[in-house]
Amino acid sequence: MTVIFYIAAFVAITSTVMVITRSNAVHALLYLVVSLLAVSIIFFTVGAPFVGILEIIIYAGAIMVLFIFVIMMLNLGEDATKQEKQWMNGKMWIGPGILTIILLLEFIYIFFAGIHKNLSGTTVTPRQVGLSLFSSYLLGVELAAFLLLAGIVGAYHLGHRPKKVVHRFLEERTSE
Amino acid sequence: MTTTPIEIGLLLAGILFSLGLIGVLVRKNIIFILMSIEIMLNAAGLAFILAGARWAQADGQVMFLFILTMAAAEVSVGLAIILQFYHLFKTLNADAASKMRG
Repeated sequence: MTVIFYIAAFVAITSTVMVITRSNAVHALLYLVVSLLAVSIIFFTVGAPFVGILEIIIYAGAIMVLFIFVIMMLNLGEDATKQEKQWMNGKMWIGPGILTIILLLEFIYIFFAGIHKNLSGTTVTPRQVGLSLFSSYLLGVELAAFLLLAGIVGAYHLGHRPKKVVHRFLEERTSE
Repeated sequence: MTTTPIEIGLLLAGILFSLGLIGVLVRKNIIFILMSIEIMLNAAGLAFILAGARWAQADGQVMFLFILTMAAAEVSVGLAIILQFYHLFKTLNADAASKMRG
């Protein structure tokens, strides 16, 4: 497991360096997903499988999809088709592909070696996390719910573009 | 021997956090700044998980769940701000918004 840990740490650092040095946003996002997957493998190796899965589902899944949506919305320009053709050559996929294959092999090894043979010797199960979350951290859960509600309302308010209505004589700005 | 990788893991969390900080300081593109903030949040979560694994308690994972919630809310609001920013300034350069109008 120690070797698995070091390989995943190496992959995480490599892909994070690639994230902050790319010039293309989509390529950086690809490496960011690889970095999050590597951190998730580290979670598995230290005996936290629940958050390892949550890292993949929420971070590498949902949040990165939000990023991709926004980048694709911003890129609607005249050179979008040219860029699309440029991205089709597949050379860009080699780096993230190799790193992801390394992580996949590690994950398969962890899957067959058993989740309980980890570095810290103990596995904190989802049951323990849930019991702690809904007993001693109940106030925190309610605050998190408030935060998510504020996030929804804030994102709706900010993403809501005022529509420009030109009347015959006066120009007034209404919010559609 | 069992505690050594935990310390190395904390070192890794520090390195990832520093890389995210460098990204925030160096990049001008506002999308890259947001991505670097994500890297920093993830590194902080990694430190929490390692500490929780060191003491075999669930509290570290609970804190990571809160960080995850905060990151999701922050990204949704941040990306909405980016859309408005691009709509207003027609660029993603963060320096375009360095002057405020009162």
